Amino acid sequence: MSNFKVFMNGLVKENPTFVLLLGMCPTLGTTSSAFNGMSMGLATTAVLVFSNFIISLIKNMIPDMVRIPSFIVVIASLVTILQMLLQAYAPAVYDSLGLFIPLIVVNCIILGRAEAFAAKNSAVSSLFDGLGMGLGFTWALTLLGATREFLGTGKIFDFTIFPEEYGMLLFVLAPGAFIALGYLLAIVNKIRKA
Amino acid sequence: MKKLQSTLPNMAIVLTLISVLAGGILAYVNSVTEGPIAQIKEKNLADGIKTVLNAQDLTVQDSKTLDAGDVLYITDKGTAVKTVTNGFGGALTVLVGFDNEGNIQGYQVLEHAETPGLGAKAGDWFQKDAKGDIIGMNPGKKELVVSKDGGDIDAITASTITSRAFLLAVNNAYKSFKNAAVTAPAIDDKAVTAEPASDEITKE
Repeated sequence: MSNFKVFMNGLVKENPTFVLLLGMCPTLGTTSSAFNGMSMGLATTAVLVFSNFIISLIKNMIPDMVRIPSFIVVIASLVTILQMLLQAYAPAVYDSLGLFIPLIVVNCIILGRAEAFAAKNSAVSSLFDGLGMGLGFTWALTLLGATREFLGTGKIFDFTIFPEEYGMLLFVLAPGAFIALGYLLAIVNKIRKA
Repeated sequence: MKKLQSTLPNMAIVLTLISVLAGGILAYVNSVTEGPIAQIKEKNLADGIKTVLNAQDLTVQDSKTLDAGDVLYITDKGTAVKTVTNGFGGALTVLVGFDNEGNIQGYQVLEHAETPGLGAKAGDWFQKDAKGDIIGMNPGKKELVVSKDGGDIDAITASTITSRAFLLAVNNAYKSFKNAAVTAPAIDDKAVTAEPASDEITKE
């Protein structure tokens, strides 16, 4: 498979959110606004690209029976580094994501790609896989965040489209996340199969 | 390179190596980011104190931590009190500024975990000229209570729990401010009553 195909695979054909249905917890939790969804997606992408690359480089040095703990140590270290860097140099993003950054460690997309792709493929194509999957996750979260923000508060990326008083608060809250995700899944899969 | 077999020594060595390496890298990144993170926290607090006291330049003369966990920052323009209560989604940290009479000069929500779009509005809702304006009120004369509980402050729409928590924080901050003022007389009082010798030193 060429690197471009690997990249597009994560972006559309095997989109982690809309097709593989992985990483639902951060998907539902962080998408209360388009900006939050996008930040979470980009943070996850950064971790995913590096974790795929590093794991693919060291895959032959890791005995099979301890591969999961080894992968988790790599992923957790990357997430902690990201958290410290964000806190130091992008405090605004850190404040809005807060609790969800440490949770990137247990995002099953990352461990899933390490297991399913990086442990079997070359470092370069693993990098592209990480990028594709990460950006696929990002656009899905941004779309979901924008939908919820629009229906809930009448804004997209803080840009007002209709007055906030007419928004359906439900969509900003947790139940709205499930409803919006369900409809988006149906729409995206309809388009994908057409 | 051939894949390493899963023998006990191999597994132990690989896991140890990876962990030690990861630990080393983390320690390095931590040492690099420690400074900027501490600076940001300090700057946020310093900016917060300025905002809640409505003063561009002020000097913090004294800060003390009370038993309840509240922190008082006594400045030449008034006193800022940092206090924590339980909000709807977790700890709600508020910084409230009082003048010497105990009138609220301003406030800032430092940390919160309230619902975005609902309780998270607390940062704006109670500001001057907003719907739940509390600026200028004095919790010593009349406790701040939401209208639902018989008070006269409008709660954030659909977020009464956050509003109650926030007002409780402000009331608590006032109590801390008042208690501290009683136990340790304000700087002005000291100048009049205290003996001159020690006064010279404290004033510096």
